[in-house]
Amino acid sequence: MKQSKRTPLALAILSFVGLWLWLTAPTQVTTIQTTTDTDIFALPSFGVAASLIAAVAYAILLVTTAVSAWWVIKLNHKTPRWVVLTFGIALVLTILVDLFAGKTMPITSLLQGSLALAVPLIFGSLAGVLSERVGIVNIAIDSQLLAGAFVSAFVASISDNLYAGLLGAVIAGALVSWVLAVFSIKYIVDQIIVGVVLNVLIVGLTNFLFSTLLVSDIAAFNQPPRFEKILVPLLGQIPVIGPVLFNQTLIVYLMYLAVAGVFIALFKTRWGLRVRAVGEYPKAADTVGIKVFQTRYISVMIGGALAGLGGSFFTLGQVGAFGKEMTNGAGYIALAALIFGRWNPIYAALAALLFGFAQNLQYGLAIIGSDVPSEFLLMLPYALTVVAVAGLVGKVTGPAAAGKAYIKS
Amino acid sequence: MNKVMKEIFSASTLNTVLAVVASFVFGGVLIAFANENVQVAAGYLFARPADFFMAIWNSVFGAYDALFRGAVFNYKLDGIVAMVKPITETLAYATPITLSGLGLAVAFRSGLFNIGAPGQIMFGAMFAGWIGINLDLPFYIHFPIAVIAGVIGGALFGALVGFLRATTGANEVIVTIMFNYIAALLLGWLLKTPVLQAPGAVNPISAAVSDSAKYPLLFGEQFRVHTGFVMMLLAVVAVWWFLNRSSIGFQFRALGHNPNAAKTAGINIGLTFVLVMAVSGALSGLAGTTQILGTEKFLTTGVAASYGFDAITVALLGRNNPWGVLVAGILFGGLRAGAVTMQASQGVPIDIVLVVQSMIVLFIAAPPLVRAMFRLKAQKGGAQ
Amino acid sequence: MKLELRGITKRFGAMTANDNVNLVAQGGQIHCLLGENGAGKSTLMNVLYGLYQADGGDILLDDRVVKFSGPGDAMAAGIGMVHQHFMLIPVFTVAENVILGHEPTKFGGLLDLESARAKVREVSARFGFELDPDAIVGDLAVGVQQRVEIIKALIGDAKVLVFDEPTAVLTPQETDELMQIMKQLREQGTAIVFITHKLREVKEVADKITVIRLGKIVGEADPSSSANELASMMVGRAVDLDVEKAPAKPGSATFKVAGLSAWNHAGTKVLDDINLEIHQGEILVIAGVQGNGQTELTEAIIGMHGKTHGSIELNGQQLIGKNVKQVLDLGVGFVPEDRTEDGLVAEFTIAENLMLDRSDRKPFAKGISLQLDVLKKFAEEKLKQFDIRAQGISSKASELSGGNQQKVVLARELSRELSLLVASQPTRGLDVGSIEFVHEQIVATRDRGVPVLIVATELDEATQLGDRIAVMYRGKIVGIVPSDTPRSVLGQMMAGISS
Repeated sequence: MKQSKRTPLALAILSFVGLWLWLTAPTQVTTIQTTTDTDIFALPSFGVAASLIAAVAYAILLVTTAVSAWWVIKLNHKTPRWVVLTFGIALVLTILVDLFAGKTMPITSLLQGSLALAVPLIFGSLAGVLSERVGIVNIAIDSQLLAGAFVSAFVASISDNLYAGLLGAVIAGALVSWVLAVFSIKYIVDQIIVGVVLNVLIVGLTNFLFSTLLVSDIAAFNQPPRFEKILVPLLGQIPVIGPVLFNQTLIVYLMYLAVAGVFIALFKTRWGLRVRAVGEYPKAADTVGIKVFQTRYISVMIGGALAGLGGSFFTLGQVGAFGKEMTNGAGYIALAALIFGRWNPIYAALAALLFGFAQNLQYGLAIIGSDVPSEFLLMLPYALTVVAVAGLVGKVTGPAAAGKAYIKS
Repeated sequence: MNKVMKEIFSASTLNTVLAVVASFVFGGVLIAFANENVQVAAGYLFARPADFFMAIWNSVFGAYDALFRGAVFNYKLDGIVAMVKPITETLAYATPITLSGLGLAVAFRSGLFNIGAPGQIMFGAMFAGWIGINLDLPFYIHFPIAVIAGVIGGALFGALVGFLRATTGANEVIVTIMFNYIAALLLGWLLKTPVLQAPGAVNPISAAVSDSAKYPLLFGEQFRVHTGFVMMLLAVVAVWWFLNRSSIGFQFRALGHNPNAAKTAGINIGLTFVLVMAVSGALSGLAGTTQILGTEKFLTTGVAASYGFDAITVALLGRNNPWGVLVAGILFGGLRAGAVTMQASQGVPIDIVLVVQSMIVLFIAAPPLVRAMFRLKAQKGGAQ
Repeated sequence: MKLELRGITKRFGAMTANDNVNLVAQGGQIHCLLGENGAGKSTLMNVLYGLYQADGGDILLDDRVVKFSGPGDAMAAGIGMVHQHFMLIPVFTVAENVILGHEPTKFGGLLDLESARAKVREVSARFGFELDPDAIVGDLAVGVQQRVEIIKALIGDAKVLVFDEPTAVLTPQETDELMQIMKQLREQGTAIVFITHKLREVKEVADKITVIRLGKIVGEADPSSSANELASMMVGRAVDLDVEKAPAKPGSATFKVAGLSAWNHAGTKVLDDINLEIHQGEILVIAGVQGNGQTELTEAIIGMHGKTHGSIELNGQQLIGKNVKQVLDLGVGFVPEDRTEDGLVAEFTIAENLMLDRSDRKPFAKGISLQLDVLKKFAEEKLKQFDIRAQGISSKASELSGGNQQKVVLARELSRELSLLVASQPTRGLDVGSIEFVHEQIVATRDRGVPVLIVATELDEATQLGDRIAVMYRGKIVGIVPSDTPRSVLGQMMAGISS
């Protein structure tokens, strides 16, 4: 079987972007600022010429393109992921340095902001992974996030207890996904319809309850406490990534656990093997005694619980209070991340980070007064997903039975 | 997909009516729950239970009465104009919803789950808006080309989805979801550039459409309903004829029911995918023109409002039948119009409409659930 | 172990699929369950395997009544099944597929894939299979996949093993190997239930034969019974397997295939240098085991196959490069092998199905406007002419029996002016009456001077319907021979040995 040459071809074409960036790169110096206020010890800021970075990056682009071509044509293997990943990072770096030429790029705070935006996306995409891997298409991630955000704010406010709020979020997310599961599994309603409707239903419900209940006594109903940041000793002191990754709230640490946990559960355990079997070919799973419906309910609801947790980050982790439609379509970006990450929890999390970074970059650019329209940065997740499903750079296909109801005869 | 459609098709009219009733009952429960008088009365429920039930009745009846007054006929106002204005508002809201719903119905019948109505509406509005704002022509030329431009805009954006599906197999659900966001961001950007932004404006808003490109009003200045409504009625008839009496519509339906058999019978599947999405997008584009050239007159990022979701619910409630879509469109137009009055006079948040609408679709899609709620026996020939 | 089914009854709505069925299988014996398509064999085995719940009757293992609420119970009781449609997950490895449902684990519920691999190696060594436990199942050949399915059934220490139509997808050689495996299992004391409708296989391995017809057991037969005896038990009357047809009067060769090759999506060659000619007034049957390129050949002819190379000529016109519509317009009639999947739109009425290929042209359309009155007249005429049993032309295709559905497809395809008829397994799954009707129509088409190409997987149909037989194996034509060629020779050819 011949490997498709699409990937090296796409890389070759994209590397022209790198060439163009190199040729047009400004000679000014980009100052990279790695410190934040909370640092215990600080690295000095340093400057690099944008044109130098562009030249180095262009070289990397060429090398990785060549490696990819060699891999496909000579070895007849798929291009390894790390090659594409290196290519992507090099390209993004060049664009960044280019954009910030002559200015200061606050790398640490850029990354911090990106992670903050990515946390709910990652939880949401894990919910999607767990749901779609077991064969239930989950368009309703947004509703699970939103329900988690609302309930966590409400419960934490009335109980004045953060952990009660978290528990409420988990239950709320699981409940919404239970509705998705019941309608998909028991009533055999098209999963996309249920998903679309659930998203609107939860928007309607939370808006309604916000305007009637929460607003009636804000102090009592919508003023939850917030999680404090916890600095992990040692790890938190690593330059640049330390403050980004290890000076965070409990919810973020839970997110790390969730990504690893979902990955191990899906690919290393008996339960995960069964989940994937049900998502690929439910009848085959049934014939070896696996309870198809039960497996579907459980996996979808664990996913919903995680999304609920992600929703609580909006309120208990960030803003504090619940606001109308505060997820702002994050569930759909999570869906994009899950597809772009090929239904794999780790890749989905990386995709979510990338999307979070793109979203956050608009603020960084606004500060330096860049004229790059933020809309195009925001478009990135959606455009990349269309590119991915259209198979322009390697075809992505989901679990075979996703979207199909299993009807026992 | 087809199974769902069959389910929706075979669900009896009774089932539909019950689904609507059940959803309004659920909405009523929410309204009562959120009502202060009810909450107060609940505090001394055991002392004076009658108070509690009166409070419930008052809150729910008050809300739905306001809904009726806002959507159909406002008997509390003086003057015939004020009294009948609500029904014309309903028709104004119903126009884009129904048009877009028709577009989705065409796609659903052809086996393509187009949930890209918002993006297609925006493209229609952008194209029509640009022509309507920037050209200076007499009405009988300006108006038609503005409308046609909108139709083309929607059709092109739809056709792109069909093209991707035909050539790469890209799932249209994912692509249309992503395209909705891309269209919204594109519109947002264009509204900040001279292409669409009104000269001198600070906000992302366009200049007004010139009078020569506007849909003429139907009943004079006092009512917002315009000739777009007539256009919508014509579209209902045209879509009905197209699906049931034309050879292309026949091929669309063949594709929707069994793409393999259609392919074996010599129907060009790829081309048909593109055509289906073009027709579907064109109808949403037309919906966009009724917004920009009729109701709104300015282009903003909110041009598609919630019409994308409304269109899905209308297509499903109308069982993808053009006449059904019309009835459902007017019903949901009424909900939109009435909700405004309901919020103003009773303090019931407008969002209750979203809840009721979503519940209707869920119930309609799951007839066994409705039957169980109303303890009906399974109907012959219905779902097993 | 002894398995006994006692009075099993299973109904689906108004239809009784199994009616008071009794069956006894003993350890160390191969018990054949013989019956036509749709006789209720698979339903019975699904009841045994816990996939269906019986409406009446008992399952006994070693004379004790057992209840299976799902396949898990059946497996635990020592029943294994090799399914007709493999129950394998294509994206999983062999080891993952084999252990699915009873996975070995290490601490903390982690999968123990190492012991899974060892198990696969051990069991495949016992039967002389060469199986790589880490191979992805979807990449394996069909015959190899079946071995995975067998290992999967055996690994749970099955005492009773059910083979459901296992040879449908195998070449004669693979079939022989499977027979050997069955015999080997018999030696080891396993009770084997072998479901099939192929008489030769039954005669080769059966120790006992039970014949089932229309959901009822019609009797037991001895392995020494003749094929004709068994056949008549299966169909319930003395079967006259012959097709009545006059000798062919071939005209000129108007349909020529030369040097035709084709590749599938993965780039594998599925047709390899096909050369054949069909004369006017002649039936050429393509015989062979399913999956040897027959589907691709018919697809290439009607313009549905993507990557092709070579020449297909009809009346001097090149078909390669033309799309389906253009090919049909040249007068090619096509009866696809799967009528519900490719031939009909189930939700459409009979009338709508009759115009499926010509909905956009005269007489059914004027411009883009459908001429429904023309269609009505046409459909009513065809209903009579083809003896389609239905309430009327507005009946949906899904409401018709298989035979009547096939008549609708034939009526549509034969009502055009034909220059070639291509029919793929035109009688698959039909009752005897409909088979006769379909055969008559095909012969009548031949006698009108149309070249006819039939794909058949049953040798009997091939020899009786064909004027000449072309045998396909692995995408190649092994040879083209007269239809009175002995079965043994044809069988060898189907295994790839040219005569």
